[in-house]
Amino acid sequence: MNARFPLLAGLALLASAGSAGAVEYQKVLPEKSDIRFVSRQMGVPVEGRFPRFDAKLSFDPAKPESSKTEITVDLGAIDTGSEEADQEARTKGWFDIKSFPKASFVSTSVKPLANNRYEVSGKLSIKGRTRDITAPVTFRQDGQNAVLEGSFTLLRLQFGIGEGPWSDVETVADEVQIRFKVTAAPAGK
Amino acid sequence: MRSQLSQQRYNWGAVGLHWAVAILVICTFPLGLYMVGLNLSPLKLKLYSYHKWIGVTVFLLMTIRIVWRLLRPPPPLPPSMPLWEQRVAGAAHALLYLLLIAAPVTGWLFSSAEGFKTVYLGIIPLPDLLAKDKILAEFLRFIHMLLTFTLGGLVLLHASAALKHHFLDRDEVLSRMIPWLRRRETP
Repeated sequence: MNARFPLLAGLALLASAGSAGAVEYQKVLPEKSDIRFVSRQMGVPVEGRFPRFDAKLSFDPAKPESSKTEITVDLGAIDTGSEEADQEARTKGWFDIKSFPKASFVSTSVKPLANNRYEVSGKLSIKGRTRDITAPVTFRQDGQNAVLEGSFTLLRLQFGIGEGPWSDVETVADEVQIRFKVTAAPAGK
Repeated sequence: MRSQLSQQRYNWGAVGLHWAVAILVICTFPLGLYMVGLNLSPLKLKLYSYHKWIGVTVFLLMTIRIVWRLLRPPPPLPPSMPLWEQRVAGAAHALLYLLLIAAPVTGWLFSSAEGFKTVYLGIIPLPDLLAKDKILAEFLRFIHMLLTFTLGGLVLLHASAALKHHFLDRDEVLSRMIPWLRRRETP
């Protein structure tokens, strides 16, 4: 909470503006972070979001390879845009939140690309199944905070999301786009 | 003789458009009634899409129909009809046209307000004129229902009137729209 004090905030800002190496972003700001998904139903893109998640992050633009993140998503809080679909999403055929209330992502590697872009790889676990995924992430600065944004395509059937009659990909496409934004403040010193 | 005859009938374009719209409306009205009661399932998502696609098609055909009607005006009603009947028939037809346009339009706006884009045939996305808004969606749902039920009632009246002309009045009103129906009066 040091960042609340103007002097320290100013120092942190100076540090980030000067040598980026001095800043390590660790404090995820939930109100400025966001996980959304876009599914395709009968060709219609439908956006939803996961309003509750917990993200741990350590990101240093000077040493991106050593960055780490761990995100746990409360699947039961899913917001699909309609009450009826929220209920359905919690059932056994979809997320089965009684047995698997959370999804998690644990990063295994971060590869720097050009222009503040990175490639994050890691293990995504949903409904008891774990798959390797890779997502491009862009970094930008917002005041003293870091904003990390990216997206990747998840194949829902790989995780058994939407089983039985719902496995018909003509109705609900297998590809679901996940869009995330994580805003983090520098670590307090 | 021949030109007189053709003037008493609807032209092929008007006949084709009339029956195409008739078949689509007769399909999509009960489809709409049925689908709203379903529990969420792939079938429900499919039926909702088909209902919307049919609605968009009706809108497109009606647009063509109105232009066509302006270019090729319909034949006059039989002079045997009293003036008040002709006026009522005119008003009923105007209302039919209006509802056949307004019903799909309100359905599309309702879908947008619910937060669901309409993608025609699963390929062509229609723009969302309205942002997602629960209260507005509830209002538009009611308006869409009101208009479609009124349309349903008017279609029944329209069909009954056509049959009355054919079987009771024994005039040519129905045969003008059904080319293969034998004409009553031989010129």
